Amino acid sequence: MAERYSSFKSGGRMWLLQRVTAAFLLVVLAFHFFLLHFVHHADEVTLAASSARMEQLSYYSLMVLFLVTATFHGVNGVYNALINQGLTGTKRTVVKWTLVAASVVLLFQGIRTANAWAGGFPL
Amino acid sequence: MSQSYNRGLIEDFSRWREFEAGMWAWIFHKFTGWVLIGYLFTHIAVLSTAIPAANGATMMFQGSETDVFTGTIVSLEGLLLVRILEVGLLAVAVFHMLNGTRLLLVDLGIGLEAQDKSFYASLILTGAITVASVPTFIAGAF
Repeated sequence: MAERYSSFKSGGRMWLLQRVTAAFLLVVLAFHFFLLHFVHHADEVTLAASSARMEQLSYYSLMVLFLVTATFHGVNGVYNALINQGLTGTKRTVVKWTLVAASVVLLFQGIRTANAWAGGFPL
Repeated sequence: MSQSYNRGLIEDFSRWREFEAGMWAWIFHKFTGWVLIGYLFTHIAVLSTAIPAANGATMMFQGSETDVFTGTIVSLEGLLLVRILEVGLLAVAVFHMLNGTRLLLVDLGIGLEAQDKSFYASLILTGAITVASVPTFIAGAF
């Protein structure tokens, strides 16, 4: 099997960023699942416990970076998958900016939520 | 290294019998990716209940007044369907992570001759990790 199956054109800047974020997400997603399902169980979640974690600058920074990288990796993946399916021209531009807008909304809401837990930026 | 490959139409369902391991890996990686980005938006929407909760919003939950974040999460976790969907989410995430690791290695030129085997290994490991996690994910749902 010599073919390289990928939705990405190898070697570009987005191709590299997709892989760098993948490597980061592998570690942080595993940590996230382990911490919030195996160390603490999901049905034991409380506002106080989430706030206590998010008030620590290290945890807050890791989670915000997790949100940013996951959003980029996911949205860039969707965009490239659509291009790979033949998306071109005006439709491509419309999809691109719709995805950018959706990402901005997701990041804004995610950071708002993190700040609500932490009671503002934790310093 | 870069080359284009004409995969034909995925919508042409009868083609599935012709697919090699690499094509299945590509389809599964794409499917799990769509599920994960969809889940990310849902996840942030549900977690956003922390915003009114931090401002003092409460709800009645199991006969007592609880903040809306805790009440929403714990009541969702009380549904067996949500627990089953979480196991599904874990399976999807684990496959995407294992197959993604495989793709990163392939991009680095590692294991090029074992791409089929590493795909099958990703599937088997995903199954094993998912089955092993079921007791943790279902605990307290009944």
